[in-house]
Amino acid sequence: MAKVKGDIVIDIEKCKGCELCASACPQQSLELTRKLNSKGYHYIVKIEDNCTGCTNCALVCPDSVIKVYRRTVKKNEQVATITNVTGDITVNLNS
Amino acid sequence: MNERRMIDDDHYENILAEESICINDNLIYDKPETLTSTPMHYCPGCGHGVAHRLIAEVIDEMGIQDKTIGVAPVGCAVFAYNYFNIDMSEAAHGRASAVATGIKRVLPERYVFSYQGDGDLAAIGTGETIHTCNRGENILIIFINNGIYGMTGGQMAPTSLEGMKTTTSPFGRDTQEMGYPLKITELIAQLPGVYYCARVAVNSPVHVRRAKKAIYNGFKYQELNKGLSFVEIVTNCPSNWKMTPVESNKWLEEHMLPFYQLGDLKVPGKENLN
Repeated sequence: MAKVKGDIVIDIEKCKGCELCASACPQQSLELTRKLNSKGYHYIVKIEDNCTGCTNCALVCPDSVIKVYRRTVKKNEQVATITNVTGDITVNLNS
Repeated sequence: MNERRMIDDDHYENILAEESICINDNLIYDKPETLTSTPMHYCPGCGHGVAHRLIAEVIDEMGIQDKTIGVAPVGCAVFAYNYFNIDMSEAAHGRASAVATGIKRVLPERYVFSYQGDGDLAAIGTGETIHTCNRGENILIIFINNGIYGMTGGQMAPTSLEGMKTTTSPFGRDTQEMGYPLKITELIAQLPGVYYCARVAVNSPVHVRRAKKAIYNGFKYQELNKGLSFVEIVTNCPSNWKMTPVESNKWLEEHMLPFYQLGDLKVPGKENLN
């Protein structure tokens, strides 16, 4: 069975850290970071690589900072996930 | 915690091209084009941002960005014209529906909506609102109800719930002294000039989807020259309710929604809107 793979990109400079997306995420894959953005808010980051692309986080986000991507992944296919592309760039490889 | 390592930009570009799913073909949700990239001045977690985005999404989907005129109120949403990439007008406190009436009568082919809060629409602008609705002007009124005066510092609004603590009712709203909460949407729904009247909320993904449908209906009925559409959006006010955004949405679910019950209050006959 084909699996659905999702990913999000967060504009951390516009994020105000209200955590509504974290409470709406059915996979609990979002969390506030200890770091601050230039406005002085803690911002949200993706901490788990289990996003399904359900768009719940983007729907409840008051500041429209979340972009959602979704693709159907074939069996045995490896997909890398990139988080935080607007700030410090980190990548999960073979996690 | 997953293992992470820092990478340089070239490496990132390669991964993005080859392996990541973050490419335009897979993009399923993004900020609508009608919304400008200006950072919003609203407090963290405020429902105004979601309401703005839903209006912008509907305008994008209907392809009416160059034919829409919005009217901004006085209140927290006073700077709404900075966030919509459409023609906007500012109105005096409470008079947004009167200004929208004028715009629509001069330019009847345009889509006109007013965006008003509860202090604007249900307190100082009650007269304008009721008479606009009674005349059945062919506009869409979007009413943001958070039960409190947000911009001025959390005073009691007509829509504040019974027993709700605000800066001007520090011991809770006493109905003997301060009157009862005003359900203005129910008042308006009985007027014959009103074609469509609904109450929605934006506290959860399912409510957001329904809210978008209601706003879409409002614009569509305006296109069909059916008369006035009125959409009330029940939102939170974390700063003046003195809660975190997540707590305020929970409080909204537990206290606001039982009183302000969601749903269509006035539904016209079955019509094909698509």
